[in-house]
Amino acid sequence: MLEIYTAALINGLLIGGVYALVALGLTLIYGVLHIVNFAHGSLLMVAMFAAWVLAEKAGVSPYAALPVVACGMFAVGWALYRYVIGRVSRGEDRAILLATLGVSVVLDNLFLAIFGGDTRQIEGDLTFAMWEVGPLLLAVPKVIAFGVSLVLAGGLWAFMARTDMGRAIRAVAKEPEGARLMGIRPERVFALAYGIGIGCLGAAGCLLLPSFFVSPHVGSVFVLVAFTIVVLGGMGSFPGAVVGGLLIGVTESLGGLVLGESLGPIGISLVFIAVLLLRPTGLFGAAR
Amino acid sequence: MKWVLVGGVAAVPFVLPSQSMVNIAMLTAFSAFLGQCWNIAGGFGGLTSFGHAVFFGSGAYTGAILQTRYGVNPWVGLPAAFLVGGLVGAGIGAASFRAGLRGSYFALVTLAFAEVFRVLSNSLEFTQGGLGIAIPLKVSAWNFQFADRRATYAVVLVLLAVASGVAVWLTKGRMGARLAAVRENEDAAAALGVDIVRTKTWALALSGGLAAMGGVVYGQTYLYIDPSIGFGTERSVEMLLVAMIGGAGTVWGPVLGAVVLHVVADVSRAFIATPGFAPMVYGVVLLVIIAVLPQGLAGVWAQVRGTPGGARDA
Amino acid sequence: MSQFLRLSRRGALAGAATLAMPAIGGAQAAPVKVGLIHPVTGALAGAGGRCRAGGLMAIEDINAAGGIKSMGGAKLEAILGDAQGRPEIATQLVDQMAEAGAAGFTGCFASALGLAATQAAAKYNIPFSIDSGIADAITTRGLKNTFRFFPNNSTATADAMAALGALNKAAGSPAKTAVIVHEDSEFGTNSVKLQAAMLPGIGIEVKALLPHATPTRDFTNIVLRIKAEKPDIVLISNYENEYVLLARTLVQQRVDLVSTFSISGGGFNLKFAKEAPTVAENMIDFNHWHNPKDPRSVAFRKRVEAASGFYSWEHPFGYFAVKLLADAWERAGSADKERAIAALNGSTMADHFMPYGPTKFTNGQNSGAHPVALQIQKGDMTVIWPNEVSDAKAVFPRPKA
Repeated sequence: MLEIYTAALINGLLIGGVYALVALGLTLIYGVLHIVNFAHGSLLMVAMFAAWVLAEKAGVSPYAALPVVACGMFAVGWALYRYVIGRVSRGEDRAILLATLGVSVVLDNLFLAIFGGDTRQIEGDLTFAMWEVGPLLLAVPKVIAFGVSLVLAGGLWAFMARTDMGRAIRAVAKEPEGARLMGIRPERVFALAYGIGIGCLGAAGCLLLPSFFVSPHVGSVFVLVAFTIVVLGGMGSFPGAVVGGLLIGVTESLGGLVLGESLGPIGISLVFIAVLLLRPTGLFGAAR
Repeated sequence: MKWVLVGGVAAVPFVLPSQSMVNIAMLTAFSAFLGQCWNIAGGFGGLTSFGHAVFFGSGAYTGAILQTRYGVNPWVGLPAAFLVGGLVGAGIGAASFRAGLRGSYFALVTLAFAEVFRVLSNSLEFTQGGLGIAIPLKVSAWNFQFADRRATYAVVLVLLAVASGVAVWLTKGRMGARLAAVRENEDAAAALGVDIVRTKTWALALSGGLAAMGGVVYGQTYLYIDPSIGFGTERSVEMLLVAMIGGAGTVWGPVLGAVVLHVVADVSRAFIATPGFAPMVYGVVLLVIIAVLPQGLAGVWAQVRGTPGGARDA
Repeated sequence: MSQFLRLSRRGALAGAATLAMPAIGGAQAAPVKVGLIHPVTGALAGAGGRCRAGGLMAIEDINAAGGIKSMGGAKLEAILGDAQGRPEIATQLVDQMAEAGAAGFTGCFASALGLAATQAAAKYNIPFSIDSGIADAITTRGLKNTFRFFPNNSTATADAMAALGALNKAAGSPAKTAVIVHEDSEFGTNSVKLQAAMLPGIGIEVKALLPHATPTRDFTNIVLRIKAEKPDIVLISNYENEYVLLARTLVQQRVDLVSTFSISGGGFNLKFAKEAPTVAENMIDFNHWHNPKDPRSVAFRKRVEAASGFYSWEHPFGYFAVKLLADAWERAGSADKERAIAALNGSTMADHFMPYGPTKFTNGQNSGAHPVALQIQKGDMTVIWPNEVSDAKAVFPRPKA
């Protein structure tokens, strides 16, 4: 029995790494734009389909495709904010919320029209590669996703803390009007931040595909989890997203074991509610 | 004069020759009703909820369980659902507002509550888990099951009138003034002696109680509910869209929103057969409305009449 | 306001896009309209779309063969409707199509939609031919207008246990213990109760029942628990996404099994066989399929594959749901509702390639309808049970990895 709990714990950490990957972009977008990006799940779906098409039609492994898909998704995100979300909403919070909802409706159905509603998957060289740790078998694609999410979180943190562009983004996030006086155009920076957030999703999509599946509705499978992680870690915090992701992964994994896989998912929502009620700034968030 | 016109338009479906047109009118009025429920908390109170399905589902389950498990007449389900929905709203409100949640934090917590209810109803024996509850087919007015869609429409219309009456009252009464004060500036309202937590909790409970009655009507009309029909995100999103597109915090907003969104959905569905394209059109129209009418459709209405409209000015 | 009403009326009258088949020849009998109600957007879009495609093929074939001959060669005309996976929209479509003159309905892929739509159609007493929608309740509620050519849930489960018993016995009973993994909603829960009750009867002990939610994002824990129970076989009842993940995880975690056996496995199809060949090989599913020994079924599959690339059981389901109605109109000599329903009740349709025999309806359910046991062998779908229709020998137990 102990063995199963250990396995569930380790497995939970691995899944948590994948969740963190999806949450990184979301927390960045929240941290800068202060909006809940309802199109996040749909854009993850877009990234996964991009990786799937490259793998299935062109034989490119999702790992090789990662830089291309990440850059492509950056462009998609940037353009989406610059030409659709930003214009439609004129920066008003409620309107941005509705705009991201509208975008997700359009994207989901566009991909449904193109790819049909079925579940698609790939079987690659690494699909059955397992890493043996004692009695445990760890799926290599998950280990890779876990590792990359840590690196990516570190990279994002360094980017925001150490580069001029990162500082500009943070300045706009804090004081859009002040930044404008300094000669920074907030709208440009918002588009950039949205693009980077969605670019992260590009990476997430490529890393997720080998151990998951893709369908036009795959985003909804991750959206609530990603929101939970962002809130738990503190909206806008990268270390928070990673720690939050791991905690949620473990909660889900152990919750499933203790409560049964049927009632288990309630653990995530309960943690979510508890954090919101008791410490809404999250584990790593600054005071509001 | 205005009310005669409104009454006339609302009465048109009763003389329509076609059941399907009555049905469209009924579904539109139903959306408007649910949107109005959302509006009471979300519009007038500024409590943007993403999880209003939690009330709808609670009501639907209350009606279905009372009826199938305890043999209670389904009409009794309406007041019972109002109570249950109100209690759920009071509970969620008290917990969230005491913790000081607002804006997107409050929105997310409602989303999570709806999810908790969904998972619970999916796991508990009491709600028949994922099997859902099938309400036995037995058409009679006493049994709250109608063969004629006009009867259902009449029931929905009454509910819509009640919810809209509450909305009108909020624009005029003291309670509405308190709620508006809290929405515009909590600190100022508190300085004036308004109990913020209580006012907001009260609005959410009222909104939830009304929305729960919608769940009963749904159950009696389609005779089957399951966790995702009851507590699924789609319902929450529809409720908030109808109100926000129409104009949150205005009496007519949800009605306008429901009419326009239903027309868009039905027309696009009728003319575009390729799967996926009709909802895509819906999404695009949504974006256009947000872009062109930041105050919602009611904003235009108000402009035409030369009076200020929209949430901020209500 | 008046403009809104005008618009919505136009929408209502158009009802749903009508695909009128061009009338050939001079004096044409009035066309017979069939309402096809399926979810073609939303989460069920893929399967719903295949049911619709099958139905449209049937209409094409019937019209090409001269329409309903007893009605002067009346052509069939499809009215298409997208139920979007929402019962209220399915109901609305029934109303619209009834007013647009639909003489019959087929649909609705999912049971929740079927329950709502048949009850709405009952109000008009218009015959409803269920294509997919397995819940027993669809035909046990006493609706006089509702007919199901295909098997219901309790038959499917009882048959599945018979099939598993037969396969196991033929192999010398290598499977003595089982773990059941199932999704926890209507579809999985219902059938699992029956399975658990019947398994001891075929000499298989149930070691554990493992329900899971939909969606479940990771199956490692469930598979580890399966491993701990050391069962000979794993029985699976869930939807497409979870099926795919569970199947893959079983291989990854190197679970040593005699076989897997799913009942209406959501993800068990030719696309799965193509995209995940290693995982899919030798998996067994108890599901709907055509009779592969009937040459017409081979031609039908080729035709679907040429048109859309991917064939599944939903195609013949959609196809024969329409054929069943057409057969009734042909024998009734009329599209009159009462007469069509009487004809359906007395239906003995034998002109089909499902392994069912001639139709015989008891309270709207075709009592001859039975699923078959399928196995993916060398990347293709084969029928391994019952012997009368099987086109391959079962690989049971499966070879050790």
